[in-house]
Amino acid sequence: MAYSDKVVDHFNNPRNMGSFSKDEEGVGTGMVGAPECGDVMKLQIKVQNDRIVDAKFKTFGCGSAIASSSLATEWLKGKTIEEAEQIKNTDIVQELNLPPVKIHCSVLAEDAIKAALADYQKKAGSKTGTGSAQ
Amino acid sequence: MKLPIFLDNHSTTPMDPRVLEAMLPYFIEKFGNAASRNHAFGWEAEEAVEQARKHIAKLINADAKEIVFTSGATESDNLALKGVLEMYREKGTHIITSSTEHRAVLDTAKSLEAKGLATVTYLPVDKYGMVNPDDVRSAITDKTILISVMLANNEIGTINPVAEIGKIAKAKGVLFHCDATQGVGKIPVDVQAMGIDLMSFSAHKIYGPKGVGALYVRKKNPRVRLVPQMDGGGHERGMRSGTLPVPLIVGFGKACELCGVEMATEAPRIAAMRDRLQAAIMNALEESYLNGHPTERLPGNLNISFAYVEGESLLMGMKDIALSSGSACTSATLEPSYVLRALGVGTELAHSSIRFGLGRFNTDEEIDYAIKKVIEVVTRLREMSPLYEMAKEGIDLKSVQWAAH
Repeated sequence: MAYSDKVVDHFNNPRNMGSFSKDEEGVGTGMVGAPECGDVMKLQIKVQNDRIVDAKFKTFGCGSAIASSSLATEWLKGKTIEEAEQIKNTDIVQELNLPPVKIHCSVLAEDAIKAALADYQKKAGSKTGTGSAQ
Repeated sequence: MKLPIFLDNHSTTPMDPRVLEAMLPYFIEKFGNAASRNHAFGWEAEEAVEQARKHIAKLINADAKEIVFTSGATESDNLALKGVLEMYREKGTHIITSSTEHRAVLDTAKSLEAKGLATVTYLPVDKYGMVNPDDVRSAITDKTILISVMLANNEIGTINPVAEIGKIAKAKGVLFHCDATQGVGKIPVDVQAMGIDLMSFSAHKIYGPKGVGALYVRKKNPRVRLVPQMDGGGHERGMRSGTLPVPLIVGFGKACELCGVEMATEAPRIAAMRDRLQAAIMNALEESYLNGHPTERLPGNLNISFAYVEGESLLMGMKDIALSSGSACTSATLEPSYVLRALGVGTELAHSSIRFGLGRFNTDEEIDYAIKKVIEVVTRLREMSPLYEMAKEGIDLKSVQWAAH
């Protein structure tokens, strides 16, 4: 299978690869997938004043999974929580030109975004007691 | 050194230039139909085919008359299983095979099962991928007519105790088919000593052309008969009709001749390169696991799982080296290798496997490059892997509740 140039670029030059400490203030962590399925994504966001100021990922998976999560971190940076919630897997499919067999990689990336947002909101909610915006 | 490097010699091999040279006259100059009995063009073609048949038979210690040409090993497997079943239907309909056979055998068996023409026993293999002859013996019933066990596995290279299985088959009066596609030309094969009644193999795995293979069909003790699966002009003793592809057969013959002459020096040379590759990679990378038998293995085979990294991403990171992976992502089914699963390799490690297939034309320089590249890419992808990070933090990955999707 031939990969799109964008997938190859993200694979060779992953953006925002790495980790934040899970306990750090304002950090939300989403971990989705399973090793036996062949892909696990960890996506983290760092939020200040309702805006995502930084994002990081680590991914076990094929090139398309790595590219999907790398792209997700790029898109997340600078977005508000509400804007981040709007990111759809189909946007990722389109941007990376993923073939049908790789659509599940984009679904996983969307799940990882949602999980990271939910984790952040849970942490923020339990600290401030204001509840989440969901 | 030229890139990309070809380390996928189980999938196919480049043709040996000496094979091409032998074939060339049979396209334009000597183009006759080997079945034309009445003119020089036909005689010339027939002579070339018979010469090739002799070289092929010699490599496996058979008689030239026992070689039936086919389009390749897949057709040979189909002809062996379906042809025997149809011919001996009244004697029995039970087939014994193993769970790590090539799809050409497994899917043929499944298709016979689905049509209600056969019952099939799929024997398990041990952790090295080897069939236990005792399991074969105890699976035999009075309805068993065929045992089909491969010589060497295409993914992990494990060599089965074929001679022992042949002995059991003979003692029980059951026919023994062996898919020897990966073994012929690489390791000594002797259909007499191994007690093989039918054997599939093909040219393109041994530096010959694609599109031609053979089924060895025993003529004596016992005389094996088959119902042809291709009807027509009655070629190949009636077992496989169709005009013989003379240039391909000439190439197949030359390829077998070369293997026969060179195997004794070639196999140790390839095995030495393979051993060097294996030692260098496994010494440098913790948690890399060998799949397949440590010693009873094809000289050119090396299959390793690299924990915490996914196979397809490994291949992508080494795109100037042609390799194969047991990862789901390299197939359309999203299921990882059934061969590795049959060995008891965990699904996650099956996703992390890479198959190296070394062959005649690989060089030490290429192996050096591969060693460097594999270490570099596995290290980079582990840095990127959340699983590796968790393992380093001391988290037992098996204790984690994963949200399977």
